[in-house]
Parts: sequence; structure tokens; C-alpha cells
Amino acid sequence: MPLSKAEWLALEKKVHELRMLTLDTTKWAGSGHIGGGMSALDVMTVLYHKYMKIDVQNPKWEDRDRFILSKGHVGIAYAPLLCDLGFNDKEMLKTFNLSNSKMGMHLDSNKIVGVDASTGSLGHGMSIAVGTALAARVTGKDFKTYVLLGDGECDEGSNWEAAMSAAHYKTTNMISFVDRNKCMIDGRTEDVMRLEPLADKWASFGFEVKVIDGNNIKEICEAVDEALANTSDKPYMIILDTIKGCGIDYMEDNYTWHYGAIDEDNYNKAKASLEKFYEKRIARVEKEAE
Amino acid sequence: MAGGLTYTAIDSTSLSTAEIYGQALVELGEAHPEVVALTADLAKSTKIGEFQKKFPDRFFNVGIAEQNMFGVAAGMARAGLVPFLSTFSQFASFRSADQLHTDLCYQNVNAKVIATHSGTSFGQAGSTHHAICDLAVVRSIPNLTVICPADGVETYNAVMAAYETPGPFYIRINRGFDRVLYKDSNYGFELGKAVTVHEGTDLTIIATGSCVFQAWEAAQFLDQNDGLKIRVLDMHTIKPIDKEAIIKAVMDTRRIITVEDHNVIGGLGSAVAEVMAEAGKGCAFKKLGHQDAFAPIGLHEDIMNAVGIDSNGIINAVRETMKMDFEEDDNWDDEV
Repeated sequence: MPLSKAEWLALEKKVHELRMLTLDTTKWAGSGHIGGGMSALDVMTVLYHKYMKIDVQNPKWEDRDRFILSKGHVGIAYAPLLCDLGFNDKEMLKTFNLSNSKMGMHLDSNKIVGVDASTGSLGHGMSIAVGTALAARVTGKDFKTYVLLGDGECDEGSNWEAAMSAAHYKTTNMISFVDRNKCMIDGRTEDVMRLEPLADKWASFGFEVKVIDGNNIKEICEAVDEALANTSDKPYMIILDTIKGCGIDYMEDNYTWHYGAIDEDNYNKAKASLEKFYEKRIARVEKEAE
Repeated sequence: MAGGLTYTAIDSTSLSTAEIYGQALVELGEAHPEVVALTADLAKSTKIGEFQKKFPDRFFNVGIAEQNMFGVAAGMARAGLVPFLSTFSQFASFRSADQLHTDLCYQNVNAKVIATHSGTSFGQAGSTHHAICDLAVVRSIPNLTVICPADGVETYNAVMAAYETPGPFYIRINRGFDRVLYKDSNYGFELGKAVTVHEGTDLTIIATGSCVFQAWEAAQFLDQNDGLKIRVLDMHTIKPIDKEAIIKAVMDTRRIITVEDHNVIGGLGSAVAEVMAEAGKGCAFKKLGHQDAFAPIGLHEDIMNAVGIDSNGIINAVRETMKMDFEEDDNWDDEV
């Protein structure tokens, strides 16, 4: 279904609010994985606010769609999204990463409502997603499972075990994403451990692969629509070409912002940058909306 | 008991321990549609082929990819299934340790790991396939219940208890046939409670897995030949361990020997020592098992003999320990 202008604008507004809330959370926490959080927020917002079948009042609803955040370190962006939806009290964000908080850097699915899997150790999420998708098949349910991997995470061999099994079991009821922001802790992905040709790798493992601008709401929606309409027996992989730190000019495409501290000065600069970024994105909607 | 069947010594002599597990799994599969089975190219070796035949839609062979198997199982369990994962102990505990720790135990999902070919029961395969360090790893993971059954009949009880008890389990069983200890499955198996298989007051042998039969045989021999009354405890549940039975053994017999087909570091012996030390009571104590060395290659019984965890080794250790200075009085001041 084509994205209407009103829907697009609403999604832009929501993701802007969540970028701001993620920045606030990072400030409250003192520091956090803000770079990857900013690159991943567009897809997470689109999934939760446009596509996923969830019930905030019944978070363990058996028929809900699932989202597995395999790059669990961006809990700093995922927690604001879940709190904003109403799964958890927003006040909790002020305790993020602090001693005795339920809300640690990597979200605990037994403590934070709405989290479908406890992740953090990389290379686990896709296997969990395959298991979730297979469980839907065994129990005759039609929910979808979405999984978001980091690109650096693709170095982990276990992902490729999971990829083989997704293709083998034809888990077309799951949609996978890689947040291809091209940065990892120690440097650029291509310098630390070459990933390219990444799309070819996934294709050769038996996936339908689509590469899109992962910080473009419209492109994400079109890709998800296409993945949902997939009639082949191959599982679907959407590689999100993204920018680390997306929206905060001094962080953008800078791997040193994988994890960083936010002080008052940084915070104000980031906020101003996010406002400008939002204006630009709205202007794009005005220009490109159907 | 979840199962309607009673397993007997006859089953145990005609079926290997893993085959009994395979049958128990079929029984669970028939009764409970949420039970699914996973393996990593070891369906034949772990004897779950019957489940595969009966329930092909609930059977998943993920290929030689243990890490993925554990993650897949975690996803299934969180979506309401009860997965039973079968692979060799060494791979279940080491190859996929991070997934066991995080996906199964941290998330506290209802998944059951049946770790076969434990200890040196796949003796000829060598140290790559011996699992003599697995207990040290799995025992330290929160939320995980760890069981090491003594024989096929006890394996049946352990598998049924695992189904009935929510949460992750690690059940460590042997390759091939185990010596038969229990006549049938109705002997009062209870999770976390040791079974006294031989009563005595001179010394207590606390054994687990295949060593329980050996300890029982040694106790009978020592009774007949040395006039020693040896208590033998089948410590099938390694975690949570039966602290009460251990302290009672310290108080009643003042001499304890632990026996396990595992390194003496981190397994049953360490668990028993921790309980004793914390209780503040010392006693004559010996840990039999692999003495921090990789095992030789050979038949299981030959390795057990070489390492001193068969009945001969246990008899020798009992005789030595009986000479250790722990008196049968109530005055602990000179001993603690």
C-alpha cells in the first residue's frame, strides 16, 4: 500500500521525537550507543508504528508480531521507542544504565515489557528469529518475525548458520534487516573485517535481498511492503544503507560515535542538528509525497 | 510423573541410555503437541530418530551448527514450544556456551538440553569428543538445572521431570549402554534429592552418572571383604545440589569420596566441597575423577579403570581414606 503523505509525515514526526528521546536518554545515562541507535531508529519506528501487530495492553499476546533486536546494544534507542508506545513508563528512561535500574544497556526481555528477546551478545538474534518463525509454523499462527542485525555483527559466524537455516526452512514469515552503517567499534567495517559484497553474501545464502536507503522512511515502507508480498520461498533480507549517528551532524558516519558520552554542550549541538535534520526531512516529504 | 510407562531393568539392558531418552521423547511428543526436537546432525547418534519419524513437522535438524540450534530453540521456547535439543555434551556445553548462557538461561526459557556422549563414554573418539569439563561450565550458569543420571531408567525419570519443571535443563547422559542400577523407574526420583543406593556409616561415596553403579558395586565388595559399611549416594542432580544429604553424610560418616566421570575441578567434587566448606564442617575428603588431565583413548570402562573411577579405583580410594585421621567422636575441635 503506497505511503500517504499524512502517514509519511506522521512517521517522520514520530521518528524525530524518538531521536530526541534517544538523545535525552543518552544524556540521562551519561553515555550510550547513540551512533547505531540513530542509524537504526527509522526502521524500528516504521515497523512498530506502521506494520507490527502488537497490543500494548496485552504485551504477551500470542499472535503479536515479534521484533528481535539482534544488535542489542542499541537498547538506548529501542527503550525510548517501547516507552513511547506505552509498554513501560517513560520515567524509566531517566534510569537507563544507572545502578539498580531495570533498564540496562542491553534490554532484558524478562524486565522490560515489549522486548521479544534479550540480546547483546552479537550473532544471536537471527537464530532466535528463525526459531520464532518456525514456532509460528508449528503452532499454526500467522504472526511475522522481524529481526534487525548490525553490519559489524555480520562478522559473527553464527549469523551464517542462522541464514542457512532460514533458507533451508523457507522462513518466509520472517523479514530480516541489516543496519549497514559501515562502522563498528574499532573502525570502518571494510577496514576491520571486509563485509562486501554483503548483498551477494545474503543472496548466495538463499535470501531475496534488497538494498535501500535505510534512513528513508518511504524506501523502508516500500521495501517492507515488497517483503510482505514476497511469494517466493526465500526469506527476505533488506540491507539498510544507513548513516551512523544519522541526524546529528558531528556524529554522522563517524565510527568513534559507536558509543559516546553526552555533555551539555554536545547535547545542545545535537538537539539543534536534529531539529534541522527534521526540517530537511519534512521538506523532502513535501517534495516527494504522492 | 508425566509418563504413563514404567521403565524397568529389562528395558535398560535392551536399550541404550540414549534410546530410552528417545522413547521418552516420543512419549512426551505424543502427549504434548508443544514438544519439539532439535539436533545438529546427530539424530541417529542421540537416538531421536523415532521422534523424527512420528512427528516430522516438529523435528528440526539444523545441520552441524550448534550455536544456531540453541538460538532457534530459544526463539521456539519464547513462542510457546518446549524444545528438546540433542547433541554431544562437549558441543552442548562449549561450542554453543554463549547461546546456552544467554538465549536459554538468561532468558530463562523452557528448553531442555539432552547432552549425550558425556564424560568419556565416547572413549575411542578422544578428547575432542570427551566431555570432562562440561559440568564446570553449565553448573555455573544461573537458572539452569543440571542432571547427570546414573543409568537409563534414571534418564527416563530425569527427562520426565525436566518436562514437568519449567525452565532450562541440562541432562548429561552417556553414549551406549549403562550398567543397570535401578530395577524400575518407581524408586522415588526427585529433582535435587540424592538417592541412597547403599546404606552405611563408615564412609560416604557421593557419585554421579556412570560412577554410581561403580560405587554401589564397590560398597558391596567392601562390605563383604573389609566389613566396611559404605553409604552410596546417587547425586543425579548436580544443581541444585542436595546440601542436606551432603551435610548428613559429613555428620554421619566423617569421610566422603566423590566420584565422577569429569574433571575434579568444577564438577561434582567441587560442588560437594563447596557445601562442606560453607557448612564449616571438615571431614576426610577425596575427589575421584579426571585429575585435571585429558583422558586416554579407549573403551569407556578402560578409561574409567585407568582414571580410577571404576569399582577397583573406588575400593582403593576407600581403603586409603579409611586411614585418614577423622575420629568417630563428637568432638570436632581437633579436626576442624
